[in-house]
Amino acid sequence: MKWDIIFQPQNLALYSQGILTTLHLLFASLAIGAVLALAFALALTSRWRVLRAVVGAYTYVVRGTPLLIQIYLIYYGLGQLEWIQARWDELWPWTYFKEPFFCALLAFSLNTAGYTAEMLAGAIRETSAGEIEAAQAYGMGPVAILWRIVLPSAMRRTLPAYSNEVVMMLQSTSLASAVPSMLDLTSAASRVYSKYYLPFEAFLFAAGIYLLATFALVGIFRLAERHFLAYLGPQKT
Amino acid sequence: MNAYYFSILQGSLMTVAVALASLALAVVFGLLGAAARLSPNRLAVVAGTAYTTVIRGIPDLVLMLLVFYGGTMGLNYLVVAMGSKGSVDINPFVAGVLTLGFIYGAYMTETFRGAILAIPRGQSEAALAFGMGRTQTFFRIIAPQMVRYALPGFTNNWLVLIKSTALVSLIGLQEMTYIAKQASAATRSPFEFFLFTAALFLLFTSASLWVLRHVNARYRLGTQRVAL
Repeated sequence: MKWDIIFQPQNLALYSQGILTTLHLLFASLAIGAVLALAFALALTSRWRVLRAVVGAYTYVVRGTPLLIQIYLIYYGLGQLEWIQARWDELWPWTYFKEPFFCALLAFSLNTAGYTAEMLAGAIRETSAGEIEAAQAYGMGPVAILWRIVLPSAMRRTLPAYSNEVVMMLQSTSLASAVPSMLDLTSAASRVYSKYYLPFEAFLFAAGIYLLATFALVGIFRLAERHFLAYLGPQKT
Repeated sequence: MNAYYFSILQGSLMTVAVALASLALAVVFGLLGAAARLSPNRLAVVAGTAYTTVIRGIPDLVLMLLVFYGGTMGLNYLVVAMGSKGSVDINPFVAGVLTLGFIYGAYMTETFRGAILAIPRGQSEAALAFGMGRTQTFFRIIAPQMVRYALPGFTNNWLVLIKSTALVSLIGLQEMTYIAKQASAATRSPFEFFLFTAALFLLFTSASLWVLRHVNARYRLGTQRVAL
């Protein structure tokens, strides 16, 4: 084992650049995914059957196919389509499709949105009827009920499942290394490996960082659950 | 053009083979892990807990690269140390199956552990009182009911596992994702090929869901479902 090579400044710099890209991808895709998921969850629980079917089909396809294929479809696939090719040289938003980071981010966001939407929709469906009836009795309209009663409680109840999704997303960001010229934590490890031919050190170091990040995320969510789900726990006397 | 679609179809057989072989290994690791975590031996509990915690905290891809590249190098050291001059290459199929089996074994451990804990203790105590040994109790009393409780988690793990087989393409196994990538590089029409591969994956996951739903219904027979 030659750990000193990993700890040389230029390699540590490579790893830290990788960590930054990984975290950037993670938090940006989670933020975009959460916004999309909220819209999709509302669509999944809406009264319009067509809307439910369309969004349901979307989540089914996203959850039924590998993320790697979704990344390939966006990164390699969309570039082939002529109407995108015709625009991506100058016309804004299409210029983004030339950038590997954007393509990875788009794939991750759409993916996590599909999973999160189903969780949130499940929680919304399970809101107890009494809460909604009570709100109606107070004279709240549908929007007020959704905003004040249904969503706050559904989002809280989604928290434990969502923490799993966030950890899965952290691990999924390693797939960004399948996109050429992306430098996330996994591709930093791959580069160190191929430069020095030190597979154990290079990948174990990355694995340790992922493990630490996972523990940190799990810890944060445990605190968040203690705060937001306190009302579900046993009563303190 | 059509020849590529045909080879992707052929590659799908490899995908199924990797997935099934990994599943078999994962079930073995899962049972061992659950046995360790539920055993009275404290060392076994610590080892089992460390296994599930560490494996579930590291990306599949990183572990796979570690096993593939690290394993090749380790084996070569071993071969040289034993006095041979040859070199060995790890087969990507073996590396993929070992890694996926080991990873999903950790997820299976949690599923199986939960399933065993869900069976009322009185049942194994009753089996002991009837004079059954520990093996008999496991096969006659625990295992059949474990299947019932473990199926939902098992279904989830299997769906994630079959999608993870796409990662094995990154270490060079010629399954359908790999062939689709080669086909798109050769023909410059990646969209169709990746869409086709995605459709095949969707077919596999849908078929698995359908089959496992029926298995689930079979094992749920005789249990009461209470509607609130």
